[in-house]
This record gives sequence, structure tokens and C-alpha cells, in this order.
Amino acid sequence: MIVAEKKPLEEIIEEVKDFNKILIAGCNECVTVCEAGGKKEVGILASALRMYFMNQGKKVQIEEITLERQCDHEYLEELRNSIDQYDAVVSLACGVGVQFMAEKYLTTPIFPGVNTCFMGVTEERGVWSERCQGCGQCILGKTAGICPISRCAKRLLNGPCGGSTKGKCEISKDLDCAWQLIIDRLKELGRLDDYEEIIPIKDWSTERAGGPRKVVREDVML
Amino acid sequence: MRLQYPGNIRIIRVPCTGKVDILHLLRAFEKGADGAYVVGCLEGDCRFDNGNLRARKRVEQAKEILDAIGIGGERVQMVNLSSGEGPKFAQVAMEMTEKIREAGPNPLKIVKEKNAA
Repeated sequence: MIVAEKKPLEEIIEEVKDFNKILIAGCNECVTVCEAGGKKEVGILASALRMYFMNQGKKVQIEEITLERQCDHEYLEELRNSIDQYDAVVSLACGVGVQFMAEKYLTTPIFPGVNTCFMGVTEERGVWSERCQGCGQCILGKTAGICPISRCAKRLLNGPCGGSTKGKCEISKDLDCAWQLIIDRLKELGRLDDYEEIIPIKDWSTERAGGPRKVVREDVML
Repeated sequence: MRLQYPGNIRIIRVPCTGKVDILHLLRAFEKGADGAYVVGCLEGDCRFDNGNLRARKRVEQAKEILDAIGIGGERVQMVNLSSGEGPKFAQVAMEMTEKIREAGPNPLKIVKEKNAA
């Protein structure tokens, strides 16, 4: 899922301090799981903002909604009839949702409420780590299910570098060497021969480096 | 035990302090409460294993939020005691009342009264 972190309250206050009627819009998917922008966080942010503005002597109306997702037309359309009454929206969805909402509702300023970080997993409650960078050319089959593009600091495709020490990456002792993990896992799977196979130079054009990307599926388009 | 403790405290009973959400604490202040404290079992003795630990974390978060908005994080506290400690309950009630008296009334209450007038 997409992992995001709540923006500091001070930053959000700075974004919306000049508006009088604000909608806080959450998302029921990824940001709910990483406890940054779900219904609970919407409630907490709305309550905090109400108290802040009240304390400042400013009359601000703050309303709350949590959409199922903010990356699909159908769910954003639910706001069509009510969004014009708001001066501004703080969207707690990931960057995708904030942008899609802004594209849909051109006359309402939409502000982000979270910092979107990466595609990752929940290792345990409160700990999320990166697993995928969306390179567009998945080689996980060759690397025993461990991605060297996202988990190797140098994004090496063929084996550890000289800096790999005791299974840890040279940039931080808290970071596992991805290639050490790959070799260990291949050994457990009995597929160490896969390690001998040299992975050719990567075609980076499918990665973000090749420009903003689009997927078009003619077979499902109406 | 018929111990005396300040009468300005409203007790809200919950089956476990783990049921108390941050939003409950924030809403209390939104509605004008001067202070709120969460009284849970001694750490390690939670009937439901870790409800009181969750409550402590939520109280910490509520403190940060209240500090950030200018209400004051010292108005919310976590207290751990066993249900047999009647005298300590009364003592905590008195200490908390004293602390809140020093902190003064909830600034939002003053704003609301000014608006109503």
C-alpha cells in the first residue's frame, strides 16, 4: 500500500488559516491502514483545528468526510453537490488523491494533509517500510522475492557491493543488505543457480526516470 | 470508604481505559472541559492485557495536540492505580483539581462565554 505520514499540525494550520469553511476529507484505504488519513485521523484533525481557531477568536466551520478512495471518479463524484459550499478542502489522502480531487474540482483549493512516502508494507503496527518503487519491470522472480531496486541503496542488479558487511548495508547499520537477503533466500529455496545468472542492464524507460507514466489497456476500455 | 474528594470531577466509567480514544479527550476540551484525566489499571495488571498501555499512548498524543493548538498539554493526564486504592484515587483527584486550577479555565470556555454575551 501507499504509506504516508501526517503533516505537522502547524503546517496544516498555515495552509488553511485564511479560510472560513473547510472540509477535511479522508480516505478509507492506504492512509487508513498507515494511520495517517483515515476516519479517525480526520476526526482528530477536525477537532484540533476547531479548537485552534476558536482559541484564536476566529469563526471557522470545519466539516468531515471520509471517502472510500480519492483515486477513482465514482468516489470523488460523491462530493459534487456539496463541495461548492466549502472555501477549501484539506485532503488526507495520498498525493494521488489530492491531485485527482484538485483536477475534478477546479474552483476549490485542495490542500494536502499528509506527506506521501512510498509503497510499502506494515512490518508491525507503527512500523512501515518500503518495498516497491514501481520500476515497471519486475524481476522479483529472479531475486527470490526481494527487490534490489527498492531495497538496495545502490539499486544493484548483480550481487552485493564491497560495502556489504555482516549482512548490513554500508550506508546504515540498520539497513539490511538486500543482496545478502537475496542470496540467503535463494539458498533456502535451493535456487542458488539463479544467482549465477547475470541480470542484464535495466531498461529504465519504464521507471519514473523515463517521464510520467500511463498504463492503457485497450482490451478493457469501453 | 467515604473519602472526600473535590466535587467538580465528572466520572465517566469505561470497561477498560483502552476504550478511551484520543477523540474523546479532544472533544471534552472542545466542549469546554478544563481538564481530563484517564485512570487505568497499574501497568502490567490490565485485565485486557494492554488497554492501559494504549490509553497512555493516546494521552501522550492528546498532550501534543493540545500543546500545538495552545490549550495546554498539562490539562490531560494518565494515572495508573489499582481499583483497591481508594485513598490514592481521592489524592489524585485533589492533585488534578489543584493543577487545573493553576492552569486556569479552558481558554475556549472564555471565548464561548464572550460570544454568548
